[in-house]
Amino acid sequence: MLKINKAKWAELFAALSAQGTLYLPAEVDGKVDFTVWQDGTEVNLQATQTAKSIKNVFFPQIENLLDFKTDGLKLSVEQRMLPEEDTIAFGVRGCDVCSFEVLDKVFLKEPVDAFYKARREHCTIVSLACSAPDETCFCDTFAIDATNPGGDVTTWLVGDDLFWQANTDKGKELTEKIQALLAEGDEAGVNAQQKATKEIMAKLPLADFKIDPKIPAEQEKVFNSAIWKQLSDSCLSCCACTYVCPTCHCYDVRDFEIDNKVERFRCWDSCMCKDFTKMAAVNPRVSRLERFRQRYMHKLVYFPENNEGTFACVGCGRCLQKCPVSLNIVKVAKALGVAKDV
Amino acid sequence: MQKIAELIKKEAESLLKENKVTAVWAWQPGEFYYDNSPVCFTAPEQLDKLVYNEFCPSNLGKYLMAGSKKNETMAVFAKPCDTYGINQLIKDHRIKRELITVIGIPCSGMIDIKKIKNQGVKGIISVSVSGDDVIVTTAYGDKNFKKSEVLLAKCMSCKGSDYMIADKELGEKMEVKCQKLNPEDGVKKLEAMTSQERFAFWQQELSKCIRCNACRDICPACSCEQCIFDNQEAAVAGKASANTAEEQMFHIIRAYHVAGRCVGCGECARVCPQGIQLGLLNTKFAKDINEFYGKYQPGADDDSKAPLVDYKFDDVEPTISAKGVR
Ligand code: SF4
Ligand code: SF4
Ligand code: SF4
Ligand code: SF4
Repeated sequence: MLKINKAKWAELFAALSAQGTLYLPAEVDGKVDFTVWQDGTEVNLQATQTAKSIKNVFFPQIENLLDFKTDGLKLSVEQRMLPEEDTIAFGVRGCDVCSFEVLDKVFLKEPVDAFYKARREHCTIVSLACSAPDETCFCDTFAIDATNPGGDVTTWLVGDDLFWQANTDKGKELTEKIQALLAEGDEAGVNAQQKATKEIMAKLPLADFKIDPKIPAEQEKVFNSAIWKQLSDSCLSCCACTYVCPTCHCYDVRDFEIDNKVERFRCWDSCMCKDFTKMAAVNPRVSRLERFRQRYMHKLVYFPENNEGTFACVGCGRCLQKCPVSLNIVKVAKALGVAKDV
Repeated sequence: MQKIAELIKKEAESLLKENKVTAVWAWQPGEFYYDNSPVCFTAPEQLDKLVYNEFCPSNLGKYLMAGSKKNETMAVFAKPCDTYGINQLIKDHRIKRELITVIGIPCSGMIDIKKIKNQGVKGIISVSVSGDDVIVTTAYGDKNFKKSEVLLAKCMSCKGSDYMIADKELGEKMEVKCQKLNPEDGVKKLEAMTSQERFAFWQQELSKCIRCNACRDICPACSCEQCIFDNQEAAVAGKASANTAEEQMFHIIRAYHVAGRCVGCGECARVCPQGIQLGLLNTKFAKDINEFYGKYQPGADDDSKAPLVDYKFDDVEPTISAKGVR
């Protein structure tokens, strides 16, 4: 295993950013979010969770796809260039690393999303193991190991040393480029930290939280359950939960008209919104109950059904932290678990 | 607070048992001690889930809109600050006064869990509050706080313990004990800036917005049935933070639309997942309205005419006011 001391991190970040645009967790305006590293960026590797997920590196909140131009009666269509810039996503926690696998199942399936694919292929993921899980964390529910988060390279922060282990060819290639900065380290510190972290996780309130197997199995009963009414009555139909979620992936495609040009762009959308999915004319889910139910049915029932049992949730806990009225997937899954009609 | 919770439970029970209302809006606990949710109870046997403690910041008034439309009779428990929003919704014809029973409940200030978590507190297992002492038990050990130092910003500028509307009051009134915060102080800082500095400030602040609409959806003054920002036909409908101009448009229009109706409940700033200082915008409008038209508190009653929809002969002329003449 390799390591690098805190004293050399500035050099490390500079060296990494020479290889591609470097995204890492940094303190901006009093909160920690993934930010493009520049000299002077206040990197924060202590925060368990960034406010938003890092999905926008592959799936930006807004991106232009095409331009239509008119010149008299002539119409020309110009496709936007594929995003082929090299990037490095550094300091990604285990839950977020697994969220990419969920997104891949959506965007890399036929028909492949060329924009997503280009970004995904040009990104090297350097994960960071968790050492201080929060009460909102429940990655373990989905068999995600927060202490061994995977990605192209895995890192562990133990004291002032960042331990470094390449996992894939991409990871090895990146490691070679910065080899000069890394020293040999021994694994004892990492092993001890992994053990301590697991002990902490066992004490957290969601340690024993499991998604009842009857939820993905009983689609119809879950759909018709009485729990949706009371829970959705309190939902505001905002879309804070979907926008901070690393696995939510709905988008809308729209046209923006300026002068004699139309830009076709796509932007994040949310099934919680009233104006979501205007099929032909209207959103087929007219009530708040239907929209609320959709988000959780998708994550807990439909997605696993179509993807060999994988839930569309990685237990990052962001929706637990950000919902203005404290509704979230745990509350829903627990309610379904004890519901008499499921 | 425990005693008040008992009173609330009893009251809810008798309202539902005696069929005085079909629904009661209150709070229920979440996964942790601090994440209570608004909830609508419709049967007495659901009430063992009812909770009231220092983590019930939500104003339940806006939830009455849906029921009012269907002519349902509803009861709502309201902290003193919540009663302003309820009045505003009645005034804006979103809630039918005759259908609702407002029960005033005392409050000594709600705790901001973010203030605790921002001090590096993680892995919270439980929270216990007694007087000014807050003990947070975490997987990493216990942490102690003073309630007066971790209150929500909106509670630090509490408008007082009186109810602006209440059919019944439970318990003894309580005061918020803390170093009071004047929301206008922040506005004064903004006013002291040059217009370029101010523009840069807002550009930076609003560029954080992810257009989740939580601020709008929680707001008791934002009660349009169809928001223009949800209208596909309007060029301004934006689900995405398309660019900074669009976010600014959203916030400026919202601020204008709630001007003179914003009750200053601070909910928009509280729920913003991006921590945007939305209060500054609304407080600036409120401050200007007070200066130009005389002191006015939206939501203090349910029938007065708001300054911006009421014409008086000596109303300020905008062009003159810019030069400081009234
Ligand atoms: S549903 Fe909630 S916990 Fe699950 S991945 Fe999304 S934000 Fe995280
Ligand atoms: S669950 Fe919460 S965050 Fe999600 S739409 Fe409803 S109120 Fe907003
Ligand atoms: S403070 Fe914010 S949420 Fe409250 S009434 Fe004013 S604009 Fe609406
Ligand atoms: S709550 Fe915050 S992020 Fe969401 S739309 Fe309002 S200002 Fe933007």
